[in-house]
Amino acid sequence: MGNMSSNPYVPFPSKIREIIRHTEKEYTFRMSFTGDVKPGQFFEVSVPRYGEAPISVSGIGEDFVDLTIRKVGRVTNEVFEKGEGRTLLLRGPYGNGFDTSLYEDGEVIVIAGGTGVSPVRGVIDALAGTSAPKDKHVIVGFRSPSDMLFRDDLKRWDEALDLILTVDGAPEGYEGRIGLVTKYIPEVEIKDVANAKAVVVGPPPMMRFSVKDLLAKGFREENIWISQERKMCCGLGKCGHCRIGETYVCLDGPVFNYSESKNMLD
Amino acid sequence: MGYVLSRDSFTRVLKKIGQSRRIYAPVNKVGEGRFTDVDVVRYDFVTEAPEIELDKKSDYAFKEILTPLSQTLFFFTEDEVKEADMDEREVIIFLRSCDLHAVKRLDAIYLENKFVDPFYKRIRDKVRFALIGCGRSYEDCFCVSMGTNRADGGYLFSVDMIGGKYYFDVKDDELAAIFASEAESEQAVEARYVTENEVKVTIPGNVPVSVYKDPLWEEYTVRCINCGRCNFVCPTCTCFTMQDIFYTDNGRVGERRRVGASCMVDGYTNVAGGGQYRRTNGERMRFKVLHKIHDFRKRFGFDMCVGCGRCDMVCPEYISYANIINKVNDAVEGGAVNG
Repeated sequence: MGNMSSNPYVPFPSKIREIIRHTEKEYTFRMSFTGDVKPGQFFEVSVPRYGEAPISVSGIGEDFVDLTIRKVGRVTNEVFEKGEGRTLLLRGPYGNGFDTSLYEDGEVIVIAGGTGVSPVRGVIDALAGTSAPKDKHVIVGFRSPSDMLFRDDLKRWDEALDLILTVDGAPEGYEGRIGLVTKYIPEVEIKDVANAKAVVVGPPPMMRFSVKDLLAKGFREENIWISQERKMCCGLGKCGHCRIGETYVCLDGPVFNYSESKNMLD
Repeated sequence: MGYVLSRDSFTRVLKKIGQSRRIYAPVNKVGEGRFTDVDVVRYDFVTEAPEIELDKKSDYAFKEILTPLSQTLFFFTEDEVKEADMDEREVIIFLRSCDLHAVKRLDAIYLENKFVDPFYKRIRDKVRFALIGCGRSYEDCFCVSMGTNRADGGYLFSVDMIGGKYYFDVKDDELAAIFASEAESEQAVEARYVTENEVKVTIPGNVPVSVYKDPLWEEYTVRCINCGRCNFVCPTCTCFTMQDIFYTDNGRVGERRRVGASCMVDGYTNVAGGGQYRRTNGERMRFKVLHKIHDFRKRFGFDMCVGCGRCDMVCPEYISYANIINKVNDAVEGGAVNG
């Protein structure tokens, strides 16, 4: 065996410290990890013999990272077979991630949908801890009440900042908000829209319509950030799957300023 | 230093330099083409002069030694990850000028672009080149338009076969001694190169967003069958997909591979949960073509395409990529008129 540490394709074993079950198909795996990592970055998670999958960092601790994983394929099915105390193989973190300091001052709106909440969870936590949390607005949308992720965080955020929690649809008798996230963008009161910042993460149509509404509301393009989801086999700018034009999402993103991403055509 | 050798003496040179090296060259595979009684020129390891196809253009590129179609990266045993071994011998690749220029493109992606790829680097470090001179332009070549018709160094020696004799311009001192010992004569030799191709393309400068959305791409949604052959013969296509397998006789043991991927083929962009980008073949054609003549240049400073024309030779639908380049250029130039 050669000098393995110099090879970025070599994964390292990481212990599953805790599993937080959000829904039937979405769990957060709290993985042992020490090192620099930012919200919005991602790891390649693998179960040897089954494959690798890129997973966003949904939480950061001193000696752990949270990876919120949806059971939707060959690799993630296998990940869900693992219990606490077992190990997964990781490599990363990759990508640029969010620079949370950009959003600490002034008015901010974060719009996140479904698993898109994972990469911005750290951003929302940072906003909740600022000196003027009431100027921080968060719209979080899920498909239905049973699809909600991070329920404990949602309670905390609701107390700390201006949280609008909505679901696309709900069974009769549901008392919370119903409707797409875009329905609630007009409700958010922004005092100084020319300087307010926005972060939008979710499925492509949700991001497209949310950005459109923010621009209509008066947000400036350079004050909007989004995070792109793409197929990524390497995270190292080699496999090509995530490329859009001259941009490699794994190297230059996945977080982009909208003034840049608006010219990225798939 | 220039040397003229007979076929037999060239073979003796290959045997000598092949004692510590592998020789990788285009080989005419008789009857192994896509149709009955059709040959194909593909790269393979050789030991003798007659095996090397110096007259035809190779149908497939040399890249398979640097970026194999299927390459094992790791072996997984019970609790261990073991890096796959490789042959440590030096390799001399026989290739034409266009392909030698393609190496610079492969290097840009695999040795630069933020991370060095160790699996590429370890074989790349072992590779040296022998330039095959081009006495004529071949079908579909447009190297002159791409500025890749001439190699300015970067090879150990060149070879041209003229009238049954082999002409070498040897740049490497150690090899020069071997060639000298077998040479019929010493004389000034310069590798041949072409100065004009039948096919000519005009590479557009900056391609505006309007051309990404131009209806010109729709033609390929109809004509292209997204087989991906163009990607696999291209000397500069480098995409791969990771693939884990386990052995059927022992499910606890397996390996991680990377296999060649095509941006034309279904599944290239699929993300977990069913999302995909560029559903139509026209969009995929646009993605591929603009990478070759625009997007790569914006990132690395030079065009990706080297004008070898293999994609046009292999296309089962007779789609001419060279024509597409010219159509894109027309669309860019006409942009001001059409808006």
